[in-house]
Amino acid sequence: MTDWTLFEVFVRSKHGLNHKHVGSVHAADAAMALENARELYTRRSEGVSLWVVPSALITASSPDEKEPLFDPSDDKVYRHATFYELPKDVGHM
Amino acid sequence: MKQNQALFEYLLRLGDSNMILGQRLCEWIGQAPALEEEMALGNLALDLIGQARSWLEYAARVEDAGHSADELAFTRDERAYRNLLLVEQANGNFADTLARQYLFDQYHYHLLGALSSSTDAQVAAIAAKGLKEVTYHLRRSSAWIKRLGDGTAESHAKMQQAIDEIWTYSGEMFIADEVDRVLAAAGIGADLDPLQRLWEADVQALLAEATLTCPPLEQYMQRGSKQGLHTEQLGFLLAEMQFLPRAYPGASW
Repeated sequence: MTDWTLFEVFVRSKHGLNHKHVGSVHAADAAMALENARELYTRRSEGVSLWVVPSALITASSPDEKEPLFDPSDDKVYRHATFYELPKDVGHM
Repeated sequence: MKQNQALFEYLLRLGDSNMILGQRLCEWIGQAPALEEEMALGNLALDLIGQARSWLEYAARVEDAGHSADELAFTRDERAYRNLLLVEQANGNFADTLARQYLFDQYHYHLLGALSSSTDAQVAAIAAKGLKEVTYHLRRSSAWIKRLGDGTAESHAKMQQAIDEIWTYSGEMFIADEVDRVLAAAGIGADLDPLQRLWEADVQALLAEATLTCPPLEQYMQRGSKQGLHTEQLGFLLAEMQFLPRAYPGASW
């Protein structure tokens, strides 16, 4: 079982919500990964739907690129919609 | 035989088979081939022990002798246990565990399906609840039989050997005695003949799909558990399972 593939697991907790990453499992193929994910991540009724994706297929940003990727947005507060006065009728947004 | 006495025996059989198989599966904890598999076997064991609890609680009520479900589970000796010989067999290797599991799941699935329409409302309710769990158990164990049977030359050989070795314990499930007949006639228990035909057809189809050879259906089958006659495996299992409540009666946390 040393040659099993690593899969990332995504669980949708309720209809209408997005699938959320919860962790990973090892399995021989995708079908087994789904079953293993069911055993590990949904035994306390956490979900209504499961996705599994081979970890190798995920392209991730590198921690080294953190500054060029994310820092420039820190001083651009105008990108947040905090400068508008909301009409009372709109309520929470 | 009175119907109530038969029902008590019948409930013990249902509860004990679940209890003993659940206990057996717990022996994998810390030793399973993969962490994922260990969790799966643990979940399976808990499902079965949960079902055992429902059956034994009902058995205690039917017996009406002041015993609790815990007392039924932890103070009866080997000869009073009514689990199938199949489920008390040792775990062996992973293929052995799966062969035992699949043959039981396939039976359990049809049994609970039949009991879901029992004329006894409590039996029907426990069976319907258990059936959802068992549907998944069956799906999982059949998938493994196919994977290993139709896998490498080594996995195929081990899976075939596991099926061949456990086979002699598979026929007992369908050997009806007076308890079965009394309850089937009353519509409370399952009629074992149609169950056996369903089981045989499913097992033959699955083994063929897994490229495994189905052993002969007519060969001699071990029997005795319905009268409390067990293989040597059960005593050791009970000694471990019952040690704590026997050494420390009434212990709680």
